[in-house]
Amino acid sequence: MLEVRQLSKVFFEQNDPSKPGLVALYDVSFSVRKNEFVCLLGPSGCGKTTLIRVIAGLIQADRGEIRVDGKPVTAPGRDRCMVFQQFGLLPWRTVLGNVEFGLEIDGIPREQRREISRRYLELVGLHGFENYYPHQISGGMQQRVGIARALSKEPDILLMDEPFGAVDAQTREQLQEELLKIWSKTDTTVIFVTHSIDESVYLSDRVIVMQSRPGRIKEEVRVELPRPRWEGDVKADPRFAELRARIRESLRG
Amino acid sequence: MATPTDEQIIDELGLRRERARSIYDHPNLIRAASVLCFLALWEVYGRRSDPLLLTYPTAVFWAAIQLIRTGELLRQAAVSLATLGVGFGVSIALGVGLGLLTGRSRVAEAVLDPHLNALYATPQVALTPLLMMWLGLGFAVKVVIIFLFAFFPILINTTSGVKNVSASLVEVGHAYLASERQILFKVVFPAALPFIMAGIRLAVGRALVGMVVAELFTAITGLGAMLTLYGNLFETAKMFVVIVVFGLLGVGLIRATQALETRMARWKETERANR
Repeated sequence: MLEVRQLSKVFFEQNDPSKPGLVALYDVSFSVRKNEFVCLLGPSGCGKTTLIRVIAGLIQADRGEIRVDGKPVTAPGRDRCMVFQQFGLLPWRTVLGNVEFGLEIDGIPREQRREISRRYLELVGLHGFENYYPHQISGGMQQRVGIARALSKEPDILLMDEPFGAVDAQTREQLQEELLKIWSKTDTTVIFVTHSIDESVYLSDRVIVMQSRPGRIKEEVRVELPRPRWEGDVKADPRFAELRARIRESLRG
Repeated sequence: MATPTDEQIIDELGLRRERARSIYDHPNLIRAASVLCFLALWEVYGRRSDPLLLTYPTAVFWAAIQLIRTGELLRQAAVSLATLGVGFGVSIALGVGLGLLTGRSRVAEAVLDPHLNALYATPQVALTPLLMMWLGLGFAVKVVIIFLFAFFPILINTTSGVKNVSASLVEVGHAYLASERQILFKVVFPAALPFIMAGIRLAVGRALVGMVVAELFTAITGLGAMLTLYGNLFETAKMFVVIVVFGLLGVGLIRATQALETRMARWKETERANR
């Protein structure tokens, strides 16, 4: 359903013509099936954030193309929704107001968007926090708001750019589990950027390992661990350790 | 056994909140006493000075009563406030409007920058005689002078507020398919609002100065004209009445904008308090 074909992206320093361009992505190709959960994993500077931003349509690729259901896309669209690393909440809006933002842009009437927003806040476990401002709640809760805002638009593809990078480890595990639960209830496709090996193995069906300079795909690793993964201790499964070791090796070499 | 509540622990430790007892806990009392002392000293000294040069508080008070009785004070104050209102309103509209434009568009900024900088750098008082030649001595010239005084802080603050809006918030707007217009009104403007309000607060004081300057120069109507009139008649007490009214007006307007600022940018206030 999502196809990335021979994507390349170069950044040029705008103020300093003497500096050479930086190749952020070079000849990146992969595809994602409907309802699949794919992680883009790699060290900082491997272009994984650039890649997801190109997929989101926030920046343009220089070569290659992206197709969603066969149609090329170059701009943000209602089929894809982004969850940002730094949450991207509007600080002057309440929790409810932030979730409503996307629906408001779409021109959905007030009562209706209220109702939809409340439903998604409930889904991410934020019932009762509708009237708080973002700075009054914890980072983990702020990102739940970000997720509710993205889900409220009912996108086909949920793009998540290191969404749990800015929260503490315990909250992170909790959010991972909840994300899996929410994903299992919807038929959303997820593309998830992370630099945590454990996170990528725990969450995804497939890990796309990237490497830097130039940013490109090293290999793809299938994760055939049973689902649901929140029951029992998947991380204690020997296959989990095996995958982790293999991906670590791949990142090193 | 259940964990004791904070109150129970405080009870058990025999601690209690200290009551405020010191004089430092009543700064308003100190303030009031200070003002009364000042007025008393002024009264004593003022009665002994030349009445042409200095007056004293009770004389100012009776002069004020007289000016209010004849209706002169309120009539002139109304004229002054009307010009102030219009001049300030235009300043806000144009300052915020142009600020949004120059903050968002580098082309617009490059086009307008030289003119605005030149006008801002020129002391606005210097333009007053010229403006009087063009516009006469009436309402219009006063509005323009007030505008020149109040416009720039609003414009400058709005521009820098808009430039300070984090690119990532604008990106969120793009990601959610907001049009340029929606980004301006739903992301950029609210994000810049605390800056804009700070500019408006600075501008209030300057608008008042502009009003007095305009009325002193034109000297036909308004509180400034009253000041000139009673100065020429050596009625010092009545001059003081006008000066006190200016002072009260200044305090009142600044208080009002502060209240408005807190209201409009409440999220910013609580955000600051949380840090």
